[in-house]
Amino acid sequence: MTRWLRSFGTFWYDFVIGDDWRGAAVVALALAATALLVHVASVNAWWLLPISVIAVLGWSLRRATARKP
Amino acid sequence: MNSLVLFLTVFVACAVEAVEALTIVLAAGLTREWRSTFQGMAAALVVLAAIVAAVGPALTLVPLTGMRLVVGALLAVFGLQWLRKAILRASGYKDLHDEGAIYARQVTAAQAASGGGRGGVRDWYAFTLSFKGVLLEGLEVVFIAITFGDNQQNLGLAAVGAVAAVVVVAAVGIAVRAPLSRVPENTMKFAVGVMLTSFGVFWGAEGAGVSWPGHDAALLALVPLMALVGLGYTALLRLAHATAAQASPDAARPVEGSTV
Repeated sequence: MTRWLRSFGTFWYDFVIGDDWRGAAVVALALAATALLVHVASVNAWWLLPISVIAVLGWSLRRATARKP
Repeated sequence: MNSLVLFLTVFVACAVEAVEALTIVLAAGLTREWRSTFQGMAAALVVLAAIVAAVGPALTLVPLTGMRLVVGALLAVFGLQWLRKAILRASGYKDLHDEGAIYARQVTAAQAASGGGRGGVRDWYAFTLSFKGVLLEGLEVVFIAITFGDNQQNLGLAAVGAVAAVVVVAAVGIAVRAPLSRVPENTMKFAVGVMLTSFGVFWGAEGAGVSWPGHDAALLALVPLMALVGLGYTALLRLAHATAAQASPDAARPVEGSTV
């Protein structure tokens, strides 16, 4: 049962998150920050998510291509 | 988003997934046994139908704003995965996704695996290989069709696009009886990555409460912007890869394999 649960969890992690969890984390944080800015500070922060996505893509690519010594 | 764009986006995205599923089914069927392969495929389609039946009606109960937030986040994450892989492949940092090579690997593994059946299935290996391949790729097809269709309030057209992609790929696969290795898969993946990321950003931000400048017309700026960013990153990495290869041939080797 434990093995089945682990493989079930691994399947969904690979399916949704993929090779780099940072992309998912930054998207979640950026959406939370956008919601806060809109609903608490009344700032129409439409620019935050595109900037975050472009930045995290560059960060993820940089990490993937940086060779360890 | 007009109907043609919705149809084409879903069609191309689902065709990429269908090519991957077809490669696995052909490898299992041609090297092991067709009956067990079809049984595995049928079992996977039944599971997929059950998931659609369970998830579909539930979606109509969720408020559109909440739906856009969750679906937008998932699409943006999916799109980033696709874009990252396509850029790494295009710049030489990751092996190209070669359906021919994947097919050859699957064939070798299938031939080496021992036989044996369970219940009404004569060849358990062919069954599980086919089941897993169709279920995994099928889930992606279902996810793309449901999210795009539901957000555009046109689930029927999205479903038609998804089914059309699967039927076209299956028909071509049956006709040539070989993996569709000539499909420019990385280019298609790049385009789909751009579309998924752009729509994910648009719907996700809308779900968070944002009002886009120009409303739906903002997509006309978001899609080219993501495409330009992707092409820019690809050009930068190509340059870095070429420079590294000149300095040391060892550095030109891909840093990631192509298992997905």
